[in-house]
Amino acid sequence: MRYLPYILAGISVGGQYALIAIGYTMVYGILRLINFAHGDIFMAAGLIMIYLSGPLTLWLSLPLVLVLTVLLGFVVERVAYKPLRDAPRMSVMISAIGVSYLVQNVALYITGGLAKTYPTIPWVSDTINLFGAITKRVTVITPILTAVLIAGLVLLIKKTKIGMAMRAVSRDFETSRLMGIKINAVISVTFVIGSFLAAVGSALYFANYTAIVPTSGAMPGLKAFVAAVFGGIGSIPGAVIGAFLIGISENVIKSGGSGWTTFSDAFTFVLLIIILVVRPTGLFGEKQTDKV
Amino acid sequence: MAGDGRMNILQINELTMRFGGVTAVDGLSMEINDGEIVALIGPNGAGKTTAFNCVTGVYEPTSGKVSFMGKEISRGTSPDKITRLGIARTFQNIRLFRTMTVLENVLAAKHMRTRHNVLTATLQLSRREEKRVHSEALELLEEQGLLHLKDEISANLPYGLQRHLEIARALATSPRLLLLDEPAAGMNPQETAELADTIRRIRDKYSLTVFIIEHHMDLIMRISDRIYVLDFGKLIASGAPREVQANQRVIDAYLGVANDA
Amino acid sequence: MTKTQKIVSAGLLVAFYALIFALEQILPARAMLFTVLKKGAIYALVAVSMNMLNGFTGLFSLGQAGFMLVGAYAYGIFTVPVAERVNVYQYFDGGIIQFTVPVVVALVMAGIAAALFAALVGLPVLRLKSDYLAIATLGFAEIIRAVFQWEKLGPITNGSNLLRKFPTFDSFNITNADGEVMVYLSTFVPFVITGVCVFLMVLLLKSSYGRAFRAIRDDERAAEAMGINLFAHKELSFVISSFFAGVGGAMLAMYQTTVQASAFKSAMTYEILLIVVIGGLGSVTGSCVGSFLFIAASEWWLRGLDSGTFMGISAPTIFRSGFRKVVFAVIIMAIVLFYRKGIMGDSEFSLKGIAAFFKRLFGAKRKRPGTEGG
Repeated sequence: MRYLPYILAGISVGGQYALIAIGYTMVYGILRLINFAHGDIFMAAGLIMIYLSGPLTLWLSLPLVLVLTVLLGFVVERVAYKPLRDAPRMSVMISAIGVSYLVQNVALYITGGLAKTYPTIPWVSDTINLFGAITKRVTVITPILTAVLIAGLVLLIKKTKIGMAMRAVSRDFETSRLMGIKINAVISVTFVIGSFLAAVGSALYFANYTAIVPTSGAMPGLKAFVAAVFGGIGSIPGAVIGAFLIGISENVIKSGGSGWTTFSDAFTFVLLIIILVVRPTGLFGEKQTDKV
Repeated sequence: MAGDGRMNILQINELTMRFGGVTAVDGLSMEINDGEIVALIGPNGAGKTTAFNCVTGVYEPTSGKVSFMGKEISRGTSPDKITRLGIARTFQNIRLFRTMTVLENVLAAKHMRTRHNVLTATLQLSRREEKRVHSEALELLEEQGLLHLKDEISANLPYGLQRHLEIARALATSPRLLLLDEPAAGMNPQETAELADTIRRIRDKYSLTVFIIEHHMDLIMRISDRIYVLDFGKLIASGAPREVQANQRVIDAYLGVANDA
Repeated sequence: MTKTQKIVSAGLLVAFYALIFALEQILPARAMLFTVLKKGAIYALVAVSMNMLNGFTGLFSLGQAGFMLVGAYAYGIFTVPVAERVNVYQYFDGGIIQFTVPVVVALVMAGIAAALFAALVGLPVLRLKSDYLAIATLGFAEIIRAVFQWEKLGPITNGSNLLRKFPTFDSFNITNADGEVMVYLSTFVPFVITGVCVFLMVLLLKSSYGRAFRAIRDDERAAEAMGINLFAHKELSFVISSFFAGVGGAMLAMYQTTVQASAFKSAMTYEILLIVVIGGLGSVTGSCVGSFLFIAASEWWLRGLDSGTFMGISAPTIFRSGFRKVVFAVIIMAIVLFYRKGIMGDSEFSLKGIAAFFKRLFGAKRKRPGTEGG
């Protein structure tokens, strides 16, 4: 079948988008902030891996990447978003854009502007034959790992105390604050989870697209955000469904030939506009009414 | 009142507004005639502001009909269009253009009553029109005792004056019907008394009809021609101030509560 | 403003333009100063246009790069000399457009083209709320970028290939028969274009329409209750802002001497947004000053950070390529976090304001960063 390789690639990249999209949707759910820097954190995770895998063995550098990325996400929130807790939303969004600019420029400085190549992860990066389509093993691993991580996340949100607090804050920020929920702790945990998933996503994504430049995070980040909007911002299952849909669609569009590649990126945004116009709350979002 | 031949300005028929499972306004019917001051009262959460929002087009009612001067406005008429038809309002929780000056607030409300387009306005070709609007705005400010504060940022005004600016701004839209949502909230007795005079004065000067929500009973009793009482979204009484004051259901539902407070 | 103030301001403005003109005749054409002035003028125009939306109308739009792209292409498409089209459109048999228009007309056409795109884009997106609007306009900018690179449109846009050979800023210089430059105008003319455009925007913002925009920014519900048609005025602001972004895009094309769709990424919009924030949301003069500071700092003053020595400190291992941008980004973050109102806040540059600015600058240190309103 002609489309199989594209669909497989779509499922794979969809899973990777899903892991990024969760970070967007959770942060938006709680802070009502489009974290424009999230895609750059994802890119940074890739770069950290490249620089660690030189001196360290893979099995040491992989967990270290997770730790450092989480730390980066945590620090970004504390430094750039926490001081603006009571500022207008526009200010926080601008701060997020500022962080994105900073992270990209730091990456530019460190890499010297040259594309860096992601290390080959044995077994994961191996080529396999799947129903006659030649692909990397990561194609199969991604959806499975994504499913496992999301199951874990859902359990965390449903069963643990911090998960309950997260749900409360995302429902009503002010009331939760008055009820004595430690808002800052909840927000930090949200960023930690988001960054962790982005780091995992980056390992899977860059196993496929191995060249990293400072702007490598921008497009996957935007697409993951669109996935989150599509699914209904704040909804984790929505984000995951949106991510797979976008991943598969854009790859199927690529199957149309080289002329269509430019449109595979644009398609995501067409989808965004359509959903925003037709159903701004997304597939699973709740309707909000504002008071006069 | 309807029998004295005055023209019917606002007609509300069986107005119902539901939010999810909550019925905020339940089958409200009422009418307001030209030149009247009509009050809508009721305990907190009775649905008064919701009724206002249905009249001004902020909400589209779940069912029922609102007509202004014989024209239905409850379906598909946007709030700005309703204002252009001649209904102006103030807001219970003061919504001035906070970063703009007192004068600019009034001028902004005159925007759509100014004969100009983006080109003539930008290139200052409609100077005479601008001048007319400007002097009308100053007159409105003087009337509300705000002229000396015209260049003050509106957010910096004391509370009571902000309410007066809300009235001046609403009047700037040249309304036939003025909706006042708790204009005396936060005012002391003396300010409230002055407000009563102001409302009567502007009614006469601009031949307005006034529809008012208020908790200050003395103000309502003093200025209203007729009163409608709302409780849990339902109309429980209506009539002249004395009739309503004597109505047992009203005393139970509302006045009793007010006296306790 | 009193009459004397008006005369003094006008006099200063004329003196400023005369200075630019004089400097251009005296200093070598390749001086860094002119790079900063040219690029600064372009960014000032685009920043003011973005401020009109984000600062004055309260619409958080991130589509500026997309509309600049439209303007840049419209300019390029209609000004590449007919004789050169065979070379420029080499993969498309010289393209289908076989005429040119004068530069000034092309600039206006660039603005109109961008405005037309904006009018279409505005229909669906301007009904959206703040952050959804941001992401939708960003999305449209990406779609526009993809469309202009489409091979099928190649006969018009040259696909993903460069547009070049069109008149640039240097074409404004007056030369003699031997091609020697007699009068330099390559910086002066962009300043005139930006000056005219910014002046028009200032007039608009000062008019009743500008007040309506600010009313919408302050409180949509109240603005609507005052009879202001929200959608019509948002669309108006969006279209006019995009018109000037389009002119700015055309000027950027002239400055860069080539046009390629892939250059108009969201990063460009972010840069302009940061300029607007640095200058102060809601301040036209702030955006202008912000642009020149931004360009001067990133292209000129901080250069040493990239080449080993900065302010007498020599540290080649740290001060290497790209460090300038890192320092720069840190400064921007500091402004965004601790000096949220930007240089001008929402007030305008005036003689009286200069004194107040220095007072504010030194007074602000005593205040805690969080206490300043946004």
